[in-house]
Amino acid sequence: MAIQARELTKDYQFGFHDEDISVFRTAKGLSPEVVAAISQHKKEPEWMLKFRLKALDHFMKRPMPNWGADLSTIDFDNIYYYVKPVEEQSRSWDDVPLAIKNTFDRLGIPEAERKFLAGVSAQYDSEVVYHNIREDLEQQGVLFSDCDTGLREHEDLFRKYFGTVIPPNDNKFAALNSAVWSGGSFVYVPKGVHLDIPLQAYFRINSDNMGQFERTLIIAEEGSSVHYIEGCTAPTYSNDSLHSAVVELIAHPGAKIRYTTIQNWSDNVYNLVTKRAIAHAGATVEWIDGNLGSKITMKYPSVYLMGEGAHAEVMSAAFAGTGQHQDAGSKAIHVAPNTTSNIVSRSISKGSGRTSYRGHIKVLPKAHGAKVSVRCDALLLDEESRSDTYPYMDIENPDVTVGHEASVSKVGEDQIFYLTSRGLSEQDATALIVNGFFEPFVKELPMEYAVELNRLLALSMEGAIG
Amino acid sequence: MSGTPTLSVHGLHVSVDGKEILKGVDLEVPQGEVHALMGPNGSGKSTLAYALMGHPKYQVTAGAASFDGADLIALPADARAKLGLFLCFQYPTAIPGVTTVNFIRAALRAQGKEVPAREFLNRLAAEMALLKIDESFRQRYINDGFSGGEKKRSEILQLAMLRPRLAILDETDSGLDVDALRTVAEGVMQLAGPDMGVLVITHYPRILQYLRPDRVHVLHAGRVITSGGAELAQRIERGGYEPILGAVAAAPVA
Repeated sequence: MAIQARELTKDYQFGFHDEDISVFRTAKGLSPEVVAAISQHKKEPEWMLKFRLKALDHFMKRPMPNWGADLSTIDFDNIYYYVKPVEEQSRSWDDVPLAIKNTFDRLGIPEAERKFLAGVSAQYDSEVVYHNIREDLEQQGVLFSDCDTGLREHEDLFRKYFGTVIPPNDNKFAALNSAVWSGGSFVYVPKGVHLDIPLQAYFRINSDNMGQFERTLIIAEEGSSVHYIEGCTAPTYSNDSLHSAVVELIAHPGAKIRYTTIQNWSDNVYNLVTKRAIAHAGATVEWIDGNLGSKITMKYPSVYLMGEGAHAEVMSAAFAGTGQHQDAGSKAIHVAPNTTSNIVSRSISKGSGRTSYRGHIKVLPKAHGAKVSVRCDALLLDEESRSDTYPYMDIENPDVTVGHEASVSKVGEDQIFYLTSRGLSEQDATALIVNGFFEPFVKELPMEYAVELNRLLALSMEGAIG
Repeated sequence: MSGTPTLSVHGLHVSVDGKEILKGVDLEVPQGEVHALMGPNGSGKSTLAYALMGHPKYQVTAGAASFDGADLIALPADARAKLGLFLCFQYPTAIPGVTTVNFIRAALRAQGKEVPAREFLNRLAAEMALLKIDESFRQRYINDGFSGGEKKRSEILQLAMLRPRLAILDETDSGLDVDALRTVAEGVMQLAGPDMGVLVITHYPRILQYLRPDRVHVLHAGRVITSGGAELAQRIERGGYEPILGAVAAAPVA
């Protein structure tokens, strides 16, 4: 099948960048001095500095992972670990510096906030530059800020949960984030409070050779619910950037957290993210995880089902064009009885693009009556495209129901013929098949995001001669 | 016979995977007429349908086919559709995740026949009612999990919405019960007329009671061996293909 398609990345509409207007940046490379400088600059308490230095130690000692995608080309010495774009965070859009404001205007952030969001946070390089939350939610005790503000203004609450889901020694990149973290989101939803419209954070890398290490901590108290959405883009530089976030979710009994990501980094970004949730009794955690951009992504949103009847839902979609490797998947750890997990993964590879599904299901001896369902489907668009599946299952209790289905298919000649016989061009036919393949994922998204995602996919299938 | 020949096929040879199936087919379907192409299983009827619509697996090795003077062989399937050719598939392919309503809208858009959303939905509702198709159908993924009968109705629904100039029905009657067959055939006859000709491919004459063809052609071993009026279909209904094949074999080659 001959698809004369431009790569998503060649059409990457977010590839523009602003001039460097940063007010402070640490020296290139990583050292205890750099870590101390970050902590000092943020005027952090002593315990956080110690936490960071210990994490740096873990990072230095720990070898690079010998599995997953090829990370050998990351040059840790050639990265700025902290770049501060502004002196003060703004709550009014008017106070954001013009260049940054223009960027977020082009990305449609203020518009989105007006339309359908309960709160917005916009991070530019290392710091959140704009932040707002609806007043009525604030009055109900909902906290939504960047993580630095969370630490400063709610230290006890912050310290109680920070690093408890993903300790610094969890893996090399969690250690890196723990050492140099900055920005991200801190969300606290009090008991019984339901947020009926989403909170959103937007992450933008602007600087060349930049590392962005945002840190997100979401706590949903008993019986509460929250939907958090993050989007991300970066300019296309010739040098690679590194994005290594840590996201910790805690869903207390009966709470529900939905976390939606549309990752659309430019094709020079290493996206190495650790995302993990703890679900207590009767709680539900949903990861809706879309990966379109980046050079390499390694990300496996996980849920530890700690309380009876807890439920995990992970729905992911990945698109890998030429030169991209999306190594994504999910983990569900069933600790308590009658816990359930449902994992659905869809991936598309185009050109020399490569997708991998990597999943780990663990059912511990006490998790009687657990139910597990894993389904991963891959679609290949070209002869050279590649997709692999690495499902791991450790089942230590005989009283469980486990379902696992996987499929790899190619866009069929008969499908293309059927659609072209109705007048669609071959490219439009392929785009329609691709959209249909992602439909189970897309219908989980808020409408504005669904429209945007379909538009991005159509763009990636477009056949005009570039 | 009236009007100018719309579909014109001369000495068409078609191979699939290197095996020759059609060995010199001659056929003319003038604008607005209803023709039937009959023949026993394996005679090459569906091959002709696919080759005329432009399936890449069906290689034309010799001969010509034109539609309204345009050389079909040189054109990809989408260009043939835009000329006004439509194939009602015997086994339409499922496209998971693509709803029937979105699919039909995309097809209309591709053919430059897009209408405003409200008008489109009203027309769709009206055509679905005529074909006795349930409203829930429009949100179902096209051909995904459809029963045999649902697939056929969906094909005729697309035909009704797209309004081609020539509809090729490939064994549309197969797998339909009597009531469904009547609904589907009546749907086709509502559309057939000066603006739309029909080439109905079948090995079973029953559907022809509803469609009343102007001409009947019999395909055997990759060639049209005889043509006639509607009475030819009646002869096949009464006596099967054997006597006709025998008579042709015995006759001196013209």
